Amino acid sequence: MQASIQVSPRPDVQYLLRMGDTALILAQRLGEWAGHAPVLEEDIALANMALDLIGQCRAVLTHAGALESAGHDEDQLAFLREERDYRNVTLVELPRGDFAVTVVRNAMMATFFKQLWARLAESRHAELAAIAGKAIKEARYHQQHAADWLVRLAGGTEESRRRIDKALALLWPYHAELFASDAVDQHAHDSGLGPRWGDLQEAWLADMKEIFDEAGLALPAPVAFLSIGKSGVHSEHMGFILAEMQQLQRAYPGGVW
Amino acid sequence: MSDVRQEWPLWEVFIRSKSGLDHKHCGSLHAADGKMAIQMARDVYTRRQEGTSVWVVRSDHIVASDPGEKGMYFDPAEDKVYRHPTFYQLPESVDHM
Repeated sequence: MQASIQVSPRPDVQYLLRMGDTALILAQRLGEWAGHAPVLEEDIALANMALDLIGQCRAVLTHAGALESAGHDEDQLAFLREERDYRNVTLVELPRGDFAVTVVRNAMMATFFKQLWARLAESRHAELAAIAGKAIKEARYHQQHAADWLVRLAGGTEESRRRIDKALALLWPYHAELFASDAVDQHAHDSGLGPRWGDLQEAWLADMKEIFDEAGLALPAPVAFLSIGKSGVHSEHMGFILAEMQQLQRAYPGGVW
Repeated sequence: MSDVRQEWPLWEVFIRSKSGLDHKHCGSLHAADGKMAIQMARDVYTRRQEGTSVWVVRSDHIVASDPGEKGMYFDPAEDKVYRHPTFYQLPESVDHM
């Protein structure tokens, strides 16, 4: 059994882990649709998006490992940490749910990533700016794809609307965490690494409102609830998804194909 | 689920591999409308950099020749070699015909 690694608490490394882990866990959830999507074409589309996110995660974690200079590569960072050391937002670790849950979450997350990559394209870290330049094209497509489905399902049948409403009620409260800036954000802001995530909220809400308007949905009211996955305190679902992801690397350390 | 699938019409997908070349038929898929068909064609048929442009057209909008009339339609061209422009001497100055 491969032992766990400890990652530096340096704020720049933590900032990158938040991005990388959020993409990683969302990708894992999207990957769960393989073979189960409503139609074959959507099955492939969701797998494509999962792989886009894995690609972004790999680039970001590799960069985090380089900054940390402790010899951790992307695989070690992705697969050998303890649950409390994962920095993804709670929203992405919630179970896959039905297709409506995936559509609503994808719309929220793709819109967020689109705003984030747009700002990171101006990062003082040339490598991160280059990653962002490539990733923003992917995020734009993910947003269009999710928004399109959101509009269809919200304006579809009574059943599809009921499911969208239910998914929205479930997921919306978790968006607040995305924009709860802290010392890690402030450091990224001051050092020119990237934006404070809180600074993205206005543009995110404007984008979401545009999608919701087209879908005939009202923006849900703000809630006081604040999830704290970014600081390593995860929901009860996190342990299961990590067990599934990590099993191979733990059992066969350094395994590749 | 299968009912929904049956309601979605079939679309034929044409991909242009690079600028200047023509769109080539590469397959078909089911989608609810043109916008969804274009997105799905992108996801299904251009994953390995196959395309720079996508066309889709409803399969039932294609008018096709009748396979039963293949003989009547195409066989008569078999012995009309004079229809091929291979009997002309090209001037030296004309390259690449």
